Amino acid sequence: MRIGVVTFPGSLDDRDAARAVRLAGGDAVELWHADADLHGVDAVVLPGGFSYGDYLRAGAIAGMAPVMRAVVDAARGGMPVLGICNGFQVLCETHLLPGAMIRNDRLRFVCRDQPLRVENADTAWTSAYEPGERIVVPLKNIDGCYVADERTLDQLEGEGRVAFRYDGHNPNGSLRDIAGVTNAAGNVVGLMPHPEHAVEPTVGPGSTDGLGFFTSVLETIEGMARA
Amino acid sequence: MSRVVVDVMLKPEILDPQGKAVHGAFDRLGFDGVASVRQGKRFEIELTGDAGPEAVAEIERAASTLLSNPVIEDYTLHVETEA
Repeated sequence: MRIGVVTFPGSLDDRDAARAVRLAGGDAVELWHADADLHGVDAVVLPGGFSYGDYLRAGAIAGMAPVMRAVVDAARGGMPVLGICNGFQVLCETHLLPGAMIRNDRLRFVCRDQPLRVENADTAWTSAYEPGERIVVPLKNIDGCYVADERTLDQLEGEGRVAFRYDGHNPNGSLRDIAGVTNAAGNVVGLMPHPEHAVEPTVGPGSTDGLGFFTSVLETIEGMARA
Repeated sequence: MSRVVVDVMLKPEILDPQGKAVHGAFDRLGFDGVASVRQGKRFEIELTGDAGPEAVAEIERAASTLLSNPVIEDYTLHVETEA
């Protein structure tokens, strides 16, 4: 199964994301920000980094890259799309996911091993987890404070679309401790922490807690093919 | 040539950590009488022609889709006439 990983100018974690895809048993396909189509991939990962220097707003200019037109169309058609960190910001900027990220409340770049609670284990990217499962993956960002208006937050909570919450310490002031959200269909998921950095016991926090994202999507794609 | 100016501010209900930090600096440096500070962005856009209704509408479209994110920001737009 072919999982595309988009590289924007300024992406940092595209290679780690591709590696995570391979470790989970998938084929990683390099996609370029200027590509007009998705080369027939079954799912797409938008990786972390500082696309286009995060000029204007984090993820704003990347959201208008040619490849994103294809990603938005495919996501609306049900293709699994995961946005990690800067990729989450890009998904919010394209309005595939609600809300937006602003500067961390304490204005510091935060880099730590971050405990999360998996709130929704029914999405294309979280089916390998148990609802309420606690996982630890790295977090590293400065524009990580998730905000949305109260009505949107209530709607997300009501529809079970808060996918991940910070467990214990809220590192960046995100409203309602939200670390990641999903769209209504469950195929588009975004989160600030980095599951792709927690897929091997020898690096990152020493856990492989992030691998489940990538095994989940492979199972999802298999299920879609059978249906 | 005409100039269109777009000012972008975080919506009032959105926390502005940078503005708060600037306010903290006001206090530390002894600038008195400041109740709060909000930080925004200003874009000065030089047009190739006149700022007619069509040209301004084009910039308005850019302001609402590119220069600001309507989820968290508001913008205002005005045409600057040459002094």
